[in-house]
Amino acid sequence: MKGKGIIGIKVGMTRIFGDDGTAIPVTVVLAGPCVVLEKKTEDKHGYNAIKVGFDEVPLEKLNKPERGIFEKLGLDKGYRKIVEFRVNDPKDLEQFEVGKAYDVSLLDGVEKVNVIGYTKGRGFSGAIKRHGFRRGPVSHGSKNIRDVGSIGMSTFPAKVIKGKRMPGRYGNERVTVRNLEVVKVMPEDNLVLLKGSVPGANGNYIYITF
Amino acid sequence: MRINKGELLKKVQETYLKKDLPKLRPGDIVRVHQKIKEGDKEREQIFEGMVIGIRKWNTTDASFIVRKTYPGEMAVEKVFPLHSPLVLKIEVLKRHKVRRAKLYYMRERYGKKLRLKEIEIKD
Repeated sequence: MKGKGIIGIKVGMTRIFGDDGTAIPVTVVLAGPCVVLEKKTEDKHGYNAIKVGFDEVPLEKLNKPERGIFEKLGLDKGYRKIVEFRVNDPKDLEQFEVGKAYDVSLLDGVEKVNVIGYTKGRGFSGAIKRHGFRRGPVSHGSKNIRDVGSIGMSTFPAKVIKGKRMPGRYGNERVTVRNLEVVKVMPEDNLVLLKGSVPGANGNYIYITF
Repeated sequence: MRINKGELLKKVQETYLKKDLPKLRPGDIVRVHQKIKEGDKEREQIFEGMVIGIRKWNTTDASFIVRKTYPGEMAVEKVFPLHSPLVLKIEVLKRHKVRRAKLYYMRERYGKKLRLKEIEIKD
């Protein structure tokens, strides 16, 4: 993931009011605290990044290789979610320290962020839901109410063109929403309010980068 | 991680909730003072009518519907965001006995049929 960032959980949406009385739709995100597990540097790894963990889990719940990651650092807890954030500027690496946690105050003073999440999975869906196709007539003997319709021509080209939009698995897809406004940061509750909506269901992991 | 959505949203909304609100009930006749901005001028507008629905009380998402009926089968309905700073004041003038939370049936009533049994405002 590009840039500095923090891992969070989508809580849900609500609205708050601005100074002039305007209602602002916000997504509430429980973000951090994240623990820095490793710093990757240009010299050693070929790129600059921080590897962070989020969402505590007791060590005994993890398997041996997973536990090793945390035990090596002398941590008495593990983390369910581990993610790497690519930090472009090596100077930015300095504010992080391996084994130390950081919280949402990281987003203090940040105006716009990108949010990465996985959309709600919709299973095997038809072409109407998945691609916005129109439906056929519902009466007068019609038998193509939600059908895809024609999928191609005849003897020429004698095949279905690649990429033809058809029913299939829909959702559970990684989506990045760019330039979401940070409305408010509440470090004491580990909450951050982002203007507008964020991909995924409530309770899903999301990644905030900037 | 398990999260308590209701609790976390409450923390977010706390500071935005009005604390001096009168108790509103469906069937109340209310006078709502609303701040209106026109260009750089501000003025107060008053809307008076019956509350025919209230939703999501005690959250910033809360709103209530006020229906004002005019002589001659005409009415205006306004939805007010309960906790909006633009809704300056809500006065409860009368209270009626009703047996529904949403009084959508009032939409089909005009004239004498609009009358409901009045009860005392106890709060």
